[in-house]
Amino acid sequence: MPERSYREAVRDGIAEEMERDSSVILLGEDVEPGGVFNATPGLVERFGKDRVIDMPISELAFTGAAFGAAVKGLRPVVEIMFGDFLGLVVDTLVNQSSKYWYLSNEQASVPLVVRSAVGAGGRFGACHSQTPTGWLLGEPGLKLVAPATPADAKGLIKAAIRDENPVVVFEHKVLYGRKGGVPENGEPTPIGRAAIRRTGGDVTIAAALAAVETALAAAEELAADGIEAEVIDLRTLSPLDSETIVGSVTQTGRLVVVEEGPPSGGYSAEVVATAVEGNGGVSVRRVTMPNLPIPFSGPLEDAAVPDAEAVARAARSLG
Amino acid sequence: MEQRELERLYAAMLRTRRFEDTVHLLFLQNEIEGTTHLCQGQEAVSVGVCDVLEPGDTVAATYRGHGACLAMGVDPSRLFAELLGRETGLNGGRGGSMNVVDLEHDVIGCFGIVGGSIAAATGAALASNLTGDGAAAVAFFGDGAVNQAYFHECLNLAAVRRLPIVYTCENNLYGEWTPLEKVTAGGQIAPRADAYGIPASDVDGNDVLAVREAAEEALARARGGGGPTFLECRTYRHKGHSRVDPGKYRPKEEVEEWLARDPLPRLAERLAPEAVDRIDKAVEHEIETALEEARTAAFPDPSRVASATKEA
Repeated sequence: MPERSYREAVRDGIAEEMERDSSVILLGEDVEPGGVFNATPGLVERFGKDRVIDMPISELAFTGAAFGAAVKGLRPVVEIMFGDFLGLVVDTLVNQSSKYWYLSNEQASVPLVVRSAVGAGGRFGACHSQTPTGWLLGEPGLKLVAPATPADAKGLIKAAIRDENPVVVFEHKVLYGRKGGVPENGEPTPIGRAAIRRTGGDVTIAAALAAVETALAAAEELAADGIEAEVIDLRTLSPLDSETIVGSVTQTGRLVVVEEGPPSGGYSAEVVATAVEGNGGVSVRRVTMPNLPIPFSGPLEDAAVPDAEAVARAARSLG
Repeated sequence: MEQRELERLYAAMLRTRRFEDTVHLLFLQNEIEGTTHLCQGQEAVSVGVCDVLEPGDTVAATYRGHGACLAMGVDPSRLFAELLGRETGLNGGRGGSMNVVDLEHDVIGCFGIVGGSIAAATGAALASNLTGDGAAAVAFFGDGAVNQAYFHECLNLAAVRRLPIVYTCENNLYGEWTPLEKVTAGGQIAPRADAYGIPASDVDGNDVLAVREAAEEALARARGGGGPTFLECRTYRHKGHSRVDPGKYRPKEEVEEWLARDPLPRLAERLAPEAVDRIDKAVEHEIETALEEARTAAFPDPSRVASATKEA
């Protein structure tokens, strides 16, 4: 299996789907030269200016236009440069795209993908570092995916493009340089299915995006003390894979959810609720960022991101 | 224009007038629930523009969208049924007045958020631009929408990409309850399109022939690769903004002046009295029949399993 970076995997996934289906188009700011995260270079040369199209800095307009184009039969992939800018497109996502299939009485669905770079660690400050899953969680008709590995970065963008519904793909900017085995012309990663990255019977640690690495590091710390953690990479944040979550906590009885986001209103709340609804006996902890905007200064930003020690401490506190 | 053509336009406007009058009555009788936004007085805009469209062109309308739907050939009975929350409604009762979709008649939707129609139509035009299918799109929106981000961002995008679209502003002088000049800088709307390099016309929106002519030119530009056009159609709603609004903030003289410019009598003057009489009777019968059909339909079954997503 060829070794690819997360960034290359995203690009390969888009390219394979553009090759496979001529209705797939890519819209965004600076997508022709490749974008600030260098995720899309080469695509305009390969697929032409009618399929890879630079947009004005008008996120609402081009995401709204992508909605209209999707109803008319195209499959737009929209790049919103930073996840923090998703606030600008919430209206068209939640009042147009995500409701269309149901409200139109199933006349048409909206095969729209919005992909966006999220996450702290880049010293970009409060408005270029968020992972704002909470802004979009819980919206009927909208799927949210969050790859943690290069293989899933490719598999999930492919799945998102093939899905008949609007899907938001959160890509973690710290992960763009990570390398891993990525299949060529492989199958999409199924939306709605988590992956168990490490098995263990004492505690379940669920995480997404870069926090999966933190969870795995915490699991190693815990193993040194004889505590075996099962690490779930959620991969899809909506709809959650309740079967995998409940199955794991039923074995372990303990759950820690790691989220690089605010303490409330994010996916960790939903994972905890899902676990408790499925198994009332489970003890739970959330490990998140503090209830603050993400600070700029290195020591402050680093301290805000949940680390392995905090995760291990939370796991031990479950007794 | 031939008499037969004029009769067709008159019948189309009258269909919306009678439909809206009936909806108003159904509201007063509590038979239609929620709210609605009626367009009596504004019929010439949607009828004039939609008359020059071809199958495959796309229309996006607003929450005051019954007129645009009917002008596109939407079945009045199924529109009534939607407003009455019935199973046979255009959207099975899921959408209601502000969220009507009828793709069979090229209505991509009526959008309840001010400005939403602008993006939807821009997207349809973008699709035509990219696929070369030769179709055009029309966005209907009110004067209130020109202060939304949707308006400015989409006009800019359409201009730079030369999209085949006609932005049709139904300027009825009030954004909800507030007069245009109180909240809209510059006093006029068409110059905003000029600023984006988009050809703009100031059209008498109560003259269906003037609207039709302007739309014809705009559509020809769109289909010929000339890009977007902006039509500012000045018109007036006879009723208030919505169900709760009697429209008392408008000066009596202003209302009277606009009632005197009602698009229906203006066109009727050009028709033979017998023709007017014949059309009046036919449309009245059509609307009555449509309502009866809608009224007898069942309500949707809440136990039917539904999904917010389309799954294989």
